[in-house]
Amino acid sequence: MSDKKRLDLEYSQIESDKMRINVGPQHPSTHGVLRLEVEVDGEIVTEVIPHLGYLHRSFEKHCEKMTYPQVMPYIDRLDYISAMNNEWPYVMALEKLMDIKVPEKVDYIRVILAELNRIANHQIAVATFGLDAGAFTPFLFFFRDREYILWILEKMSGARLLYNYFRVGGLAADVYPGFKEDCLNIVKQVRKTNAEVMDLLIYNSIFIKRSANVGILRPDVAINFACSGPVLRGSGVKYDLRKDEPYSIYDRFDFDIPVGKGEVGVVGDCWDRNMVRVQEMEQSCRIIEQAIAQMPMEGDVSALVPKRIKPPKGEVYMRAENPKGDLGFYIVSNGTDKPERLKARGASFVNLSVIPEISKGYMFADLILILGSIDIVLGEVDR
Amino acid sequence: MLANEIFDRLKTEFGDAILAFDDTQPTDPFIMVQTDKVFDVCYSLRDNDEFQFDYLMCLTGMDLGENVGVVYHLYSMKFKHKVVLKVVAPKADPKVPSVEMLWKTADWHEREAYDLMGVQFEGHRNLIRILCPYDWEGHPLRKDYETPEFYHGMKVSY
Repeated sequence: MSDKKRLDLEYSQIESDKMRINVGPQHPSTHGVLRLEVEVDGEIVTEVIPHLGYLHRSFEKHCEKMTYPQVMPYIDRLDYISAMNNEWPYVMALEKLMDIKVPEKVDYIRVILAELNRIANHQIAVATFGLDAGAFTPFLFFFRDREYILWILEKMSGARLLYNYFRVGGLAADVYPGFKEDCLNIVKQVRKTNAEVMDLLIYNSIFIKRSANVGILRPDVAINFACSGPVLRGSGVKYDLRKDEPYSIYDRFDFDIPVGKGEVGVVGDCWDRNMVRVQEMEQSCRIIEQAIAQMPMEGDVSALVPKRIKPPKGEVYMRAENPKGDLGFYIVSNGTDKPERLKARGASFVNLSVIPEISKGYMFADLILILGSIDIVLGEVDR
Repeated sequence: MLANEIFDRLKTEFGDAILAFDDTQPTDPFIMVQTDKVFDVCYSLRDNDEFQFDYLMCLTGMDLGENVGVVYHLYSMKFKHKVVLKVVAPKADPKVPSVEMLWKTADWHEREAYDLMGVQFEGHRNLIRILCPYDWEGHPLRKDYETPEFYHGMKVSY
């Protein structure tokens, strides 16, 4: 069937007692330019059809025309909330392809910055999830703290959100004096705010009534849809790349993998996914503290950065645990300084595909909540 | 289970449909599969107790000059092993069996590969464009794609 026919069919299916509502692309609760075509029966959602592509900017086509270092700023713009994490699998893939072993100090700085960025991402996710449910105050708390984290990242890289800081074999710049103290202060602040938010939002009975038992994602469905990150762990699957396939130096740290337990509802509901994010912030704090204690201060972070990045012929698939899930890069090199093919497997893209499955049968207002609990960023969905 | 053991098992089960094995890659070795048998091979990889590849990490469409290719990155949550499958199909008739029935995640990945690379996935229940507009012409990620000068009769400025 041709594309055009399919479109006509889509609109001819409208029945008299059902209604089709258009959500987005410009709507505050879709977290970006996502358009959802929703079929409702009264107040009950019967079908959800996501229409993507409003932020499509031909990322993969552009990559084939650019040299490897030039690709880096575009990678920041995939998941622009956590750009440090995005850059990591890309440089790891190239390091694997070129057989470069990075210095220990670089690994520690990468871990600290990635975990700081993970906290910043989860703060946005939990804050906007609360906003979707109607809680405004935690949003302000989290955004205040997030700004402190962004200050550290800005001092390190010179940019507030889109860093372009990782290099193949190293980093763009060394740590500034007082970096360790700043990190330890922020960890303290994050813990304080989390304790406040636990009372204010997470165990608030209105919030529990709103988000528990909503959008239940069963573990087998989550695996079949290849969900990852807090969405998968919220369904009770104990799977974290930092533990299961330790990359970089994650095997040196002691931390737990929080999973959804169905504390106030069923395992895999919106509350569980949200709770996993709050608990992950605490685990990230633990990793940062250990990394700060172990980190060597001497050494040059950009000593091993090659002048010209020209990987040998071959292909590599590398993935890393991003705040939103697994971000994978499949890089096919043809021996020149430009990639033959670069595919980004975005976590948001895959996690979003589960929306039509888990939002059927709930109220229309719950659909917004389910979408918020998936924590998508459209830069990564549309690429 | 290592990739060469998986290759041996598949070779005994499917015979000539398993074409080649390449372990010269810096990361994961890959297995070439005959195009029209890829659904059966994937079905066996998913449901066989020894393999249990229940997690499709990534599905990529490739432009290989004369042919288009599809690369499957599989992972098993239980055994934590991986395998990479590859198929090719000629550009004149780019038909590849769909694995959307096996892993639901392949639904959007295959739609993307169809949209950008023009791979026709046979058996996919809703193979429409996903990133480009529904009425877009051509497949932008192909190497021989030419950027159109007009869109709906309007001159596109660069």
